[in-house]
Amino acid sequence: MSPVQEPVLLALGDSAWTVQFAKTIHPDIHARVMGLGQRVAQLREADPLFAHIEDVVPTFRSLTVHFSPMDTDSERLGERLLSLAMEATKASLAGRSWRLPACFDPRFAPDLAPMAQAKGLQERQVIERLLGSSFRAYMIGFLPGFPYMGGLPVELAMPRLASPRVRVPARSIALAGEMCAVYPWDSPGGWHLIGRTPVTLFNLQHAGQAAMLAAGDTVRWYEVGLDEYEALFRQCQSGEMQRECFLGPEPSA
Amino acid sequence: MMPPPAGLIEVVQPGIGCSVQDRGRPGHRHQGIPAAGWLDAPLAQAANALVGNASGLAVLELRGMGLELRVHRGPVRVALAGRVSARWQRHEGASALLPAWQSATLQDGDRLIPGMAETGCAYLAVAGGVDLPPQLGSRSSDARAGLPGLLGRNWKPGDLLPCSRWPAGDAREWRAPPWAVPNGPIRVLPGPQQDHFSAQALALFYSESWQATAGQDRMGLRLSGQRLTHAGTDAAEIVSDAVAPGAIQVPASGQPIVLLADSQTVGGYPKIAHVISADLPRLAHLPPGTCVQFQRVTPGQARQALQAQRQAWQAWLASQEQFLPPGFIDEEALYRNNLVSGMLLAKP
Repeated sequence: MSPVQEPVLLALGDSAWTVQFAKTIHPDIHARVMGLGQRVAQLREADPLFAHIEDVVPTFRSLTVHFSPMDTDSERLGERLLSLAMEATKASLAGRSWRLPACFDPRFAPDLAPMAQAKGLQERQVIERLLGSSFRAYMIGFLPGFPYMGGLPVELAMPRLASPRVRVPARSIALAGEMCAVYPWDSPGGWHLIGRTPVTLFNLQHAGQAAMLAAGDTVRWYEVGLDEYEALFRQCQSGEMQRECFLGPEPSA
Repeated sequence: MMPPPAGLIEVVQPGIGCSVQDRGRPGHRHQGIPAAGWLDAPLAQAANALVGNASGLAVLELRGMGLELRVHRGPVRVALAGRVSARWQRHEGASALLPAWQSATLQDGDRLIPGMAETGCAYLAVAGGVDLPPQLGSRSSDARAGLPGLLGRNWKPGDLLPCSRWPAGDAREWRAPPWAVPNGPIRVLPGPQQDHFSAQALALFYSESWQATAGQDRMGLRLSGQRLTHAGTDAAEIVSDAVAPGAIQVPASGQPIVLLADSQTVGGYPKIAHVISADLPRLAHLPPGTCVQFQRVTPGQARQALQAQRQAWQAWLASQEQFLPPGFIDEEALYRNNLVSGMLLAKP
């Protein structure tokens, strides 16, 4: 059952509105969030009421619109957003579909063995379940370019580490709850590290879209060995391998 | 024609807590990139105005101590804004105190050593702005986004900050009375998760005098006071949604955290209230140990407060006046008043 409720308009101070579709995580809710986001993007080009919007941020279950409070009729904008949310259907445009390399070498996967043990699975079975899953980027946040991706099989769900690591290496593939993520940066973190991708997820050279993944994108992993990982890493670093090389052949369902 | 060579300021000592800031880089939050930007916009813009800058040029935000600058290629015009002063050590050896709220023109070799801002935050503007290459439309430092603000890395002794050279000729400087920061409770709107708190906790939030702790940086400010209880056992966490500077989060500890300019773009704690835009600048001036109270206002009052602030700032701008720094011999005025020629023409 889809837990979609009536959307609610919430003030995030005097310079942002949050349209909340639900309090929980569900693909149908996120599709409506993205649908409203697309509508707002169109209106930013066309409607003066939307002219001073600065940011449109989709999350798991809500869309937040940040605006300049001195130049915007805030009350009217809020009313419009809520009525658009009532009409909002699922996003008409699918996000991009990525196939990203993942290396599960033990040096990159310190939490794979303990996790498999905790779940009563072989390490290989954990990897196979990951490779068989299609992940959906719900939201980019926590760190610039950090994707919160849903779609982890429920039998792999784990609470976060009791004590977070002081330093998680950049490009680590990590699991927590029913989520999968990739750390774009070296950073502290409490998720379980089960592999690493050679692909850079945040690059300022891509001025319009420094973060490679966007909310609404889908990601499927394919396995690479250590040698191929090293080769791909070098090619990504040198710019020989562009991020577009990792777009999937066909959009996944 | 080649453009004239830019002014250059050398960072002799980077100190701690100093960053380059402008309006920040909104427009990238959907990628998880914070807007960043100066904590106290009117104060930073006042510093810009004193050196004749257009609004929005990058300034140095002073939130610590130990910064020492030297003019590498001048002259360079500077001004401080805030409760701060700097030691101005001239190249020929004389030393003076440069107060805030007036511009000064530094020559090659002059050193400037800003003191600690009394309220915890002050600004140093340089004519032409701190002219580093912008990243994603802004020169603001943001270590979290890999944009520490100076050539993509942390500051080092010997780094050079480009700015404008001040043309020789007019020696008059600008000054103005201090831009006054209002007192009184910090005004807030109800937060999007106000319903995650008991009525008792809400009453306490608005009656308690909250103490600013040492747990503060450009991302957030931790307050301490009586514990705020959530409405239920699972009310201390939410499925993450968007946050913005001014959001007041209350994690399970019951101690509020006010988010500031560098805050992350999403968060998983319930937000009890949100500081209105007009009062965001005041959050930069709560050194550890100072106390604040929160007062709930309406959206209409929030808007009026912002308008009143804009008007007050325009009035401040109009209060600037030119002056001749002491010790300067105004030859032009001497001639104008016929004092020099009068002396020459005087007959015995």
